[in-house]
Amino acid sequence: MTRLLAVDALWFGLIVSVVGGIVAPVMIARGKRLGQWVTIAQAAVYANFAVVTVATLAMMWALARHDFSISYVAQVGSRATPLFYTIISLWGALEGSILFWAWVLALYSAAVVYTNRNRPGLLVPYASAVLLLIALFFHILLVGPANPLHLVSPIPLDGPGPNPLLQNHILMAVHPPLLYLGYVGMSVPFAFAAGAMLAGEVASDDWIRLTRRWTMLAWALLTAAVIAGMWWSYEVLGWGGYWAWDPVENASFIPWLTATAFLHSVIVQERRQMLKLWNVNLVVGTFVLTLLGTFLTRSGIISSVHAFTQGTIGFYFLAFIAVVLIGSLVMVAGNSEKFRSQGQLDAALSRETVFLLNNLLLTVLCFTVLIGTLFPLIAEAVRGVKVSVGEPFFNRMTLPVMVSLLFLMGIGPALPWKHGNMNDLKKKMIPGAIVAVLLASIVIAFGSRSLYAVLAFAFAGFAATMNVQEFVIGARARQSAHRESFGTALVRLVKGNRRRYGGYVAHIGIIVSAFGIAASSAFRSEGEATLKPGETLTVGTVTARLKEVWGREEPQRSVIGATVELVRDGTVYATLSPRMNFYPTSQTPIPTPDVRSTPFGDTYMNLMAFQPDGSNATVKVILEPLVPWIWIGGGIICLGALLSAWPMKRVA
Amino acid sequence: MTSPELGSTLAPAKKRPKAGIIAMVVVLVAAFGWLMMGNLDKNVVFFLTPNELLAKGTEAIDVPVRLGGQVKAGTVTWDEKALDLRFDVVDTDGKGTIHVQSKGAPPQMFRDGMGVVCEGRFGADSVFQSTMLIIKHSNEYRAPKAGEKPQEMYKSLMKGSGS
Repeated sequence: MTRLLAVDALWFGLIVSVVGGIVAPVMIARGKRLGQWVTIAQAAVYANFAVVTVATLAMMWALARHDFSISYVAQVGSRATPLFYTIISLWGALEGSILFWAWVLALYSAAVVYTNRNRPGLLVPYASAVLLLIALFFHILLVGPANPLHLVSPIPLDGPGPNPLLQNHILMAVHPPLLYLGYVGMSVPFAFAAGAMLAGEVASDDWIRLTRRWTMLAWALLTAAVIAGMWWSYEVLGWGGYWAWDPVENASFIPWLTATAFLHSVIVQERRQMLKLWNVNLVVGTFVLTLLGTFLTRSGIISSVHAFTQGTIGFYFLAFIAVVLIGSLVMVAGNSEKFRSQGQLDAALSRETVFLLNNLLLTVLCFTVLIGTLFPLIAEAVRGVKVSVGEPFFNRMTLPVMVSLLFLMGIGPALPWKHGNMNDLKKKMIPGAIVAVLLASIVIAFGSRSLYAVLAFAFAGFAATMNVQEFVIGARARQSAHRESFGTALVRLVKGNRRRYGGYVAHIGIIVSAFGIAASSAFRSEGEATLKPGETLTVGTVTARLKEVWGREEPQRSVIGATVELVRDGTVYATLSPRMNFYPTSQTPIPTPDVRSTPFGDTYMNLMAFQPDGSNATVKVILEPLVPWIWIGGGIICLGALLSAWPMKRVA
Repeated sequence: MTSPELGSTLAPAKKRPKAGIIAMVVVLVAAFGWLMMGNLDKNVVFFLTPNELLAKGTEAIDVPVRLGGQVKAGTVTWDEKALDLRFDVVDTDGKGTIHVQSKGAPPQMFRDGMGVVCEGRFGADSVFQSTMLIIKHSNEYRAPKAGEKPQEMYKSLMKGSGS
């Protein structure tokens, strides 16, 4: 029953997508019964949302009820898995995650149509048709290579349960949905760009204004997803790191870079009527890079810890990427006259220049990471050798660009549009420069001899000061003009120009994360020892004492843990319990480190090995200063993005 | 890029800054491409089996390598105090023995015949210094054999705990 309901819903969705995504735009283009077909295109979006919702709920219901007659449930379900992890295994493997993707896309499409339902013109009808075309691709996957609804016969009594890595931590409920929301959200700007080109409205600023807000939303969600992914890796994989330039990490980072570039260059287009063609390319590029990322991670083409799934789906993605690229090229070529810049760069020292440099650096960064990620594929195809690109490549290539971006983040807000004045800039830079020198000396005094660590701290300090200074200068000016208290002036300042100050808040979030990353990389210390109960291991200022090794049975797994006390002056101030979780589906245990966080940093402890009789255990202790600030910075970034994009009436 | 006279007049600077910026972009992109190719060349890590590594001879000494093979039965020694792990890795055909030394505890399920990937460098002393040890296991589900289940292997621990 459940299966048939979901199957029918998905077939209906496919038909609706054909009607709304192919027939409707063709009829609109021919101009026959225009109003009627516009209504049909809109209705198709709502209908698609309704049926995909039904199919998704049916799948969740089947998972919860352990309906093993459905192939996807038989693949990821298990009676022993707790209900919560059973339901979120909707996105735990390929087929379910494609269904979830289709649902997120349907949700975005319905939201786009609903928020613009009274908008005249053909931009939104064409954009919704483009969204339905993308939906059509996912519907084809869902009835084809990624069909989650095959009938299983005979019906198994139980299943293997989700991938152990995916049911070991609560962040698995957070990171994938955020990533889908961010990734799929990039379809919306693409649909607006394509819609504007199809409707011939690309010269108007309308679509750019609409797009900016949706991009900001998707960008905030993608940012949160990347940082939640780092956190998950840190909490689950047991190596005490959060970023390894793994292909899957890169796949989420690459479109983030182009989206970030767009959010900046779009301001230049709005203010100066420049970079129109470039912006369309960034929007198309970001969308294609999300598809490429999905292709890389979901096709199993790159072996990686994250490549859980394999199948023929890769070819479909490649074909779709080709369709999108060719279609976009044709649309851009057909509108080339309309992309002319009306404005021009007036002076080398201006905010425009910093935006251009920012875009250049972000593009270079995107290209570097992309090449580094794809290089093993190229090498294997061309030279027949199996290689991987080591972390040193990524670090050496990206660190100079990243510290330069930190520096620009400080300069940009301080410069005016059109013509900057060197003396004004110098004056504004004094506090930032003092902070930079101070931080650099502190870092050197603490013993770091890495150039990039010193530069990262200096430029992060500089940029933080410069961005905070913008708030202070603005509030002071209001204070004297309107006779307000500093607090009131600050609130009204931000309310009066949320876009701008939201952007500065996001900058501060990035800088806070940068501090966390720089400190935890430059000042990380670790130690490992095999301890008998009562013995201690000292790393830096932390002394850990093994209390006991224990084990327990849980319905879906066996757990072996070590109780380790952190002692100072003979008293225990914290107890950590790093564990190993043994799942029946995995030949190796899943490390489950335990972390003690303080604002100053983390004490990270992992159980590496133990004697079967519990007579000793090998534990690793890693001290990482300021790590929690990476996650906090992520929160601040999202806050800034929401402040900037939240649709509210402006308060003067 | 910091010429103060540009900011002082109203004169619309015509093509000059634009051309300058394009030239700058071209130079930067070229430099970056050159840097990137050079860095890729230096930082590519080859994935080799023991036979392939030995076939490379001196060329393979002291360059980063990912060595993939099987743990040769009966060669594993583990000094838990010094955290010193030594074992031999062989190809699937049982040939091409390479001695591996690794710092740190072996993975919990580490045992003879298991597929491993060691990241590290092959030294001139013919010992492969591994900095990272990964167990290679198939994604396919395989029911544990008798005695392989953790609740059987660690029975005494399971009993010893009330929590």
